Amino acid sequence: MKEFDPGEAASSIVSITDRVKPLPLGAAVGSVHFLGDRAFFVGAEESVAIATLDGEITRAETHFGAILCAVSDGKRLVTGGDDGKLISIDAKGETATIATDAKRRWIDNVALHSDGTVAWSAGKTAFVRNPKGEEKTFEVPSTVGGLAFAPKGLRLAIAHYNGVTLWFPNMAANPEFLEWAGSHLAVSFSPDNKFLVTAMHEAAMHGWRLADNRHMRMSGYPGRVRSMSWSVGGKGLATSGADTVIVWPFTSKDGPMGKEPAMLAPMPARVAVVACHPKNDIMAVGYADGTVLMVRLEDGAEILVRRNTGAAVSALGWNAKGTLLAFGTEDGDAGILEM
Amino acid sequence: MAEASQKIPVTVLTGYLGAGKTTLLNRILSENHGKKYAVIVNEFGEIGIDNDLIIGADEEVFEMNNGCVCCTVRGDLVRIMDGLMKRKGKFDAIIVETTGLADPAPVAQTFFVDEDVQKNARLDAVVTVADAKWLSDRLKDAPEAKNQIAFADVIVLNKTDLVSKPELAEVEARIRGINPYAKLHRTERCQVGITDVLERGAFDLDRILEIEPDFLEAGDDHDHDHDHHHHDHDHHHHHHDHGHGLKHYHDEDMQSLSLRSEKPLDPTKFMPWLQNLVATEGQKILRSKGILAFTGDDDRYVFQGVHMMLEGDHQRKWKDGEKRESRVVFIGRELPEQAIRDGFEQCITT
Repeated sequence: MKEFDPGEAASSIVSITDRVKPLPLGAAVGSVHFLGDRAFFVGAEESVAIATLDGEITRAETHFGAILCAVSDGKRLVTGGDDGKLISIDAKGETATIATDAKRRWIDNVALHSDGTVAWSAGKTAFVRNPKGEEKTFEVPSTVGGLAFAPKGLRLAIAHYNGVTLWFPNMAANPEFLEWAGSHLAVSFSPDNKFLVTAMHEAAMHGWRLADNRHMRMSGYPGRVRSMSWSVGGKGLATSGADTVIVWPFTSKDGPMGKEPAMLAPMPARVAVVACHPKNDIMAVGYADGTVLMVRLEDGAEILVRRNTGAAVSALGWNAKGTLLAFGTEDGDAGILEM
Repeated sequence: MAEASQKIPVTVLTGYLGAGKTTLLNRILSENHGKKYAVIVNEFGEIGIDNDLIIGADEEVFEMNNGCVCCTVRGDLVRIMDGLMKRKGKFDAIIVETTGLADPAPVAQTFFVDEDVQKNARLDAVVTVADAKWLSDRLKDAPEAKNQIAFADVIVLNKTDLVSKPELAEVEARIRGINPYAKLHRTERCQVGITDVLERGAFDLDRILEIEPDFLEAGDDHDHDHDHHHHDHDHHHHHHDHGHGLKHYHDEDMQSLSLRSEKPLDPTKFMPWLQNLVATEGQKILRSKGILAFTGDDDRYVFQGVHMMLEGDHQRKWKDGEKRESRVVFIGRELPEQAIRDGFEQCITT
């Protein structure tokens, strides 16, 4: 990780802004995902901009309206829109319609399993479709706030009001319900499958230790947590919502219970997006003022990737090898950094 | 407020079942105004709304985990606003139609509580459609109908052609007994000017100019024997501002309470008193508004609130020759009137 070391004597932050390949997309970016070495910038509406390292941009039209959710497994990108469509895009940029909601409801959430199964939700209904095309549905008591597949087995976490339902689509067993009052939105399993965490509508996270469903309250944020990312190996969970990155420790069997989170990379702006590096203990952090930093988890050492420009950073993503970092902003600017 | 005007205005359309919400909505949408509306309707509500951007929603109300029992928000609305903001620029305003049985408070509170919603949108007004023929009955047997009247900034009293003049006077008096401050429009088939219901700025602190009872318009074509200007009664401070132009009705459990002082208020006493009042009685207080003159302060201070939520700010300098009078209005259920009056008196600088 030598290349990220700002050095002992560094009095000001090391800047590598000049190494970023600028990509003026001209349309708000919702998220960014790498398929191979091309960055797929999911727009706030209608299309996905596909950028090469040379700065060549092509567009894939995907939705007649807003793109509400997107997920990628590195092989394909799946997006859901307010046109009721679930669209898949492959590395070549070819699109295919996976599903169209019969009532043209908004597709609010989507998740991908490593075996190719895709899950999505519209209103209170969660859908799963396996690679053979078999579809199953499950209804929860209130609108689905988030979806996530467990890293092991075919188990889907469905976040909603007052808790999370764990559904096993291939089993007759009753779903498990993890209760906690409030509105649960994004949901995520720790990579070791031991913990489940949700970002709540309130400025707080909640978690459960899955062995005994013990609660973990992670609060104190000034704003809602809209982005979270597990560090390599699941040692920590980096979260947005404050003017520093809040990293909850997950190394012990109790998770973050009774422990203080690390507070890294303080800035005079709210952290908007976090994305941990897939191989090293580094994360990319995007702020509400447009700043992008690379931050070392161990000591919080920072490198400036992009200066503040006003509009918030809305997307960050690494390629699988961790050699490329892409970012996008609310006002349609984007860039790729090659390590 | 330049910032506020850039936010997308949101009109909340309420009204008891069958009052004519959908008729009003279709009127708004079909009129040639060149504006585009995003309309959020209840998924199980009436159909037949003709609009490009129409979103079906379940009214999902949940309590915030902040220890405040009346702090409820519409979770579905938070989600929909999030999605709609991705299409910024594709519409000019948002209309939220609630079901006939809905309490408007969670919708309004969503705009006070949720940071992201607040950043992008502003509540413009709560518009309640009421059925002239049946409202009087509903006020007796349906607490929801009463809530919707109490909460309203604008009341569209519809189907006036189906009632006699005395019946109309009666239902208006009942409305005024609950909420004398809302703008009231009498309509047949919801024929009301679009500007009378949209872009009202009822929640805009800069536009809390007048919190006088709305009698001039409401009472202008009947009760001719009482033609004196009700503003003449301003000096009757500690009376209900129900005016005298209408038959006087006291709703047993929903009232409005108006407080006035020509002497300035002590901000170090008033603000804690107000905050404590809404914290303890906030469940009963549906709406609150005020224009305040503080001791040693050349600025007008304005505030408004929904249940326990308050927002306030210095509005502008008092003008030369302008009467520096403080006026506060509460609309609520079983308001502890004497305690509120006594508390307010304590805040007056002596």
